[in-house]
Amino acid sequence: MSLQRIERPVIIGTRGSGTSLGADFLRPGSRATFRFLSRYGVLVAFLALWQVSSSAGWVNAAVLPPIDTIVAALWKGLAGGSLLGDIAISLQRAGIAFAAAVAVAIPLGLFMGQVRAVETALDPILQVFRQTSALALYPVFILLLGLGEASKVFVIFWATLFPLLLNTISGVKEVDPKLIEMARVYGAARLTVFRRVVLPGAVPSIFVGLRLSATTALLLLIASEMIGANKGIGFQVMNAQYNFQIPLMFAAIVILAGLGLIANQALVSLQRRLCRWSNPID
Amino acid sequence: MSTASRGEVSIRDLSKSFTLGGRPLAVLRALNLDVRSGECLVIVGASGSGKTTLLRILAGLEAADSGGVAIDGKPVHGVGSERAVIFQEPRLLPWLSVLGNVTFGLEVRGVPKTDAEERARFYIALVGLAEFSDAYPRQLSGGMAQRVGIARALTVQPEILLLDEPLGALDAMTKIGMQEELARIWSEENVTMVMVTHDLEEAIYLADRVLILPREKGGAARLIDVELPRPRDRSGSRFVRYREELLREFGLH
Repeated sequence: MSLQRIERPVIIGTRGSGTSLGADFLRPGSRATFRFLSRYGVLVAFLALWQVSSSAGWVNAAVLPPIDTIVAALWKGLAGGSLLGDIAISLQRAGIAFAAAVAVAIPLGLFMGQVRAVETALDPILQVFRQTSALALYPVFILLLGLGEASKVFVIFWATLFPLLLNTISGVKEVDPKLIEMARVYGAARLTVFRRVVLPGAVPSIFVGLRLSATTALLLLIASEMIGANKGIGFQVMNAQYNFQIPLMFAAIVILAGLGLIANQALVSLQRRLCRWSNPID
Repeated sequence: MSTASRGEVSIRDLSKSFTLGGRPLAVLRALNLDVRSGECLVIVGASGSGKTTLLRILAGLEAADSGGVAIDGKPVHGVGSERAVIFQEPRLLPWLSVLGNVTFGLEVRGVPKTDAEERARFYIALVGLAEFSDAYPRQLSGGMAQRVGIARALTVQPEILLLDEPLGALDAMTKIGMQEELARIWSEENVTMVMVTHDLEEAIYLADRVLILPREKGGAARLIDVELPRPRDRSGSRFVRYREELLREFGLH
């Protein structure tokens, strides 16, 4: 029991103790302001600069309209409902494709990561597919599936599949073999080892894949909607530009940025809940 | 009757070789050894002498080329529930709390969760970590993590505890504390301990008998009885004499 004295217990990484050093001397009220500014100051300054340079005429307001005009166009589109239909159809395309990619890539990746022979056999073709731009294949998909919904959903599915699949495979492969051996020593059967050791160990890497895939899904969504669509946020960006409705174009771009942020934030929160044990996320 | 033979290991004509650079390299050559029930046998040897290989064969993680191992008269094939292994690394599952890690072995074996947790809490307390049941591995120091690994092995209540340089990665101060802890646990738990180490002082401190594996071809394994009262005094003259004897075995004195 002399151990307790020899070795001081160390607890690190308690959550919520992260007040920044520079804020310590400030009063509580201004401390919150300080924290807000240290995080969002540059963003606020960027928006302010945009607003001022546009309304003061430093830049061509027809090409870069002031922020308040963009916000007004955004509000009109959302409250008036004209953009809601576009958002719905875009979410549907990206959502179906992303869900299909998850349903295919995670089980397949878990399997491939476990069985070396399958991984060895499929790796070269996966690398070729991954390095071939999905956008370059889009005309091929259009030829095969027509210019309708199917080719759009498929090109998004195709592009989101690979980051998720490859990250799932590497997540499984990088599970410490020493942990697997430990589980075997306690008599764990193959399925138990998979369920209790391999799967939880691969989750952080799967989340890296999910976040990459979500970003890719939105990217491909816009690209596919810019070709041969008559509805959707990507279509609105192109269409508004053709018709020189520049505030509306920026409103659609803002919606896209918002969707990306929301998707990423949702995945980050889910990851925080599932992987509290792993390194804190950026 | 059955308790008398609990945790007896007999090793017969055990041989094992590896292929290194295309050439076979014998690490164990026709080894014969009996480990008594409840004894603490410590295996030392230069690197490459096969001490870890021997322990892995005892654990059932590797198979012998010829000869074999029997535990309580039954031949060993693969891992078994009467044995538990403590590795050099704690090998904790980072997504489980200390309690979750210590119950892992029992849960794998199908023990109901509440029973497993009750037993786990006893052994967590035994290794002095009762306050840290809910901590996660990344929050623990190296010594604490290794004690969790020890508690996990004890919780399955093995007849034989196999330890592969369990304190090798710890700093000198922590190591001495942990050696005392291991000696205490061994005396309280009535378990046969087979431990590999490269630390001669650790071997003399813990062992009933020390097995010295030869490095050179044709050399014979040697057993040394450590007849010192416990708890042992590291600076006592007899302790120091055992140390000199072991050093001579390695040609270092």
